[in-house]
Amino acid sequence: MKEVVEQIRTKAKELLSEGKVDCVLGYKKGTVPMQEQPFCAYTPEEADQLTWSVFCTNNLANFLIKNTGKTAVLAQGCVSRNIVGLIKENQIKRENVYILGIHSPGMVDAKKVQDKFPDKVIQEAYLEGEELVVKGKDFTEHIPHRDVKRNNCYTCTHRNAVIYDEFVGEQGKESGGGNIDKVAYPWSKLDPEQRWEKFQETFKDCIRCYACRNVCPLCYCDVCFVDESNPQWCGKGQEETDIYTFHILRAFHCAGRCTDCGACESACPVGIKMRHLTSMLEADIREKYDYSPGLDLESVSPLSNYSQNDPEIE
Amino acid sequence: MSDKILKKDNLDQLLDKLRQDYQIYAPARQGASVVWEQAGNAEDLLWDFSNTDMSPKQFFFPQTERLMHFTNSYEDNQGMVMQEVPEMQHKQALLNIRPCDAKAFTILDKVFCQDEYPCDTYWEDKREKTLLIGLACKDPCPTCFCTSVNSGPHNQEGLDVLMVDLGDELLLKAITPKAEDIIADISDASEDQIKQAENQKQEAEQAISTGVNTNNIQSKTVLDLYESPIWDRIQEPCINCGTCTFYCPTCHCFDIQDETQSDYGHRIRNWDTCMSWLFTQHTSGHNPRGSKRDRVRQRFMHKFKYMPFKLDGAIGCVGCGRCTQKCPVNIDVREVVNKMNE
Repeated sequence: MKEVVEQIRTKAKELLSEGKVDCVLGYKKGTVPMQEQPFCAYTPEEADQLTWSVFCTNNLANFLIKNTGKTAVLAQGCVSRNIVGLIKENQIKRENVYILGIHSPGMVDAKKVQDKFPDKVIQEAYLEGEELVVKGKDFTEHIPHRDVKRNNCYTCTHRNAVIYDEFVGEQGKESGGGNIDKVAYPWSKLDPEQRWEKFQETFKDCIRCYACRNVCPLCYCDVCFVDESNPQWCGKGQEETDIYTFHILRAFHCAGRCTDCGACESACPVGIKMRHLTSMLEADIREKYDYSPGLDLESVSPLSNYSQNDPEIE
Repeated sequence: MSDKILKKDNLDQLLDKLRQDYQIYAPARQGASVVWEQAGNAEDLLWDFSNTDMSPKQFFFPQTERLMHFTNSYEDNQGMVMQEVPEMQHKQALLNIRPCDAKAFTILDKVFCQDEYPCDTYWEDKREKTLLIGLACKDPCPTCFCTSVNSGPHNQEGLDVLMVDLGDELLLKAITPKAEDIIADISDASEDQIKQAENQKQEAEQAISTGVNTNNIQSKTVLDLYESPIWDRIQEPCINCGTCTFYCPTCHCFDIQDETQSDYGHRIRNWDTCMSWLFTQHTSGHNPRGSKRDRVRQRFMHKFKYMPFKLDGAIGCVGCGRCTQKCPVNIDVREVVNKMNE
């Protein structure tokens, strides 16, 4: 990982000093364990703060929306797919982004790590080979990296950037190892009552902070439907119906566009598994339309398009 | 009143006594989270936790609170007339609340009951009916910085009783007259036990390794800070979600909504967040805090400049570190405040 970080910094310095870009969007080291901060380097000196690790859980494509000027951006598979999506949806211009493709090591789910040490305060964590070293006041533990990856990273199909101007580091394995179609949440095996129960259980802890929405590169509407007041589509309190309405509508609005980047789950302060919904929607899109979002700049997103051959959805 | 000493084995007697008047809530583990739950027996209480995930402000200021209700009909005699909701019908005790969280309530008291005009009755009602039995911090988190914002691991402000965990025993300090009645018949602590608690206080204070400096913030003018270029970079990673404000024990802004369903209607208030553009959107279409930069600046200026200015020096932060732990983009309040202070 150290070599990749050096390459990122060298490349960033080169792009900035040659004036090819106005800033390089990447990550800098976070101030708390298991978190890095989205960061824009504007000068070659600032480029020394750039980093790359298994804790880069945001989706940097989100920070490109409405950007003016030319930005270089560090993009692993999912982020590059969201950039493709944003270009197709006319939210960013291809010529305004310089994509530094990178291979994703599989990001860590900090909540899974914390779950392994329920009564301990984690003070430091870093990757050493295939293991995550976790340190606290009176303990040092080694846990396999593969045990604490985010669920979406296990079923990743494109760990390398799918579109890039330059690739940083080595290209690596594409697959996270799991089969996305097999792990899409098994809603179809449940009867309607069980589905409702499972759905309620999934979203019951929501505090409506909207971190999931705001961290998502698909959610760029000027006014989100939950913020509309005339008419007001959705109540603003902690009434269950209103919470569920928000999550259902948001998920459906993302169908055929979600790259399964996992940023929503990483951002959620209460640990809601939004992928229970999105994984099933994307499985439907693959099955009915033979489409996976963000893989190329040409194909038309199924829900942006009407064709007489569109499948009937039950 | 002198300090008292209570064996943890005998804590149930105190809980039973409390239960005659109070519903007791205490921190409990739920997976890797620590949440507030109705307390069971003493043996189920947590002693080795940092703090609850959510602050206990919800006991006085619920995320959604019904303020009034009405019959949503012009046909009905009483229709469209707001009716009061009843006051809280029980008394409650928050056991093992951390000193920083209790301190936060004293700051919010200044907000909800701030002048010669009537207090916020919803806040006041629940505050008056609540007993706060604190548990001093033994092992502060790396994100704790209470000692640099007028609080501390053994801070007593806002508490009725402060308990210090001495292992098998608890040292109890009565802080208010309300508490004296409750712990009066417990035996006095020895000199040695008082000394032990005092040592623990010093150790805990020393264990807080990070802090903020706020001296210069108070001497700088509002406009100097407001127009400072630091906000350009501070705001960059922010995604304007409400996480920091919802987890914060001192954030208290709310939004009032009227909701109706067939012939029932009510007026509720919900936690609001200054991070949202909607928070300040005018009906005219104008938004005085139209940019993300404006909103990020507001949150820190409110806590560290405007509140001290308006509330006799009270900082709108108790150093609990929840915002820093929970922020999805790692905006660290300590870094921001230290930049403001530079």
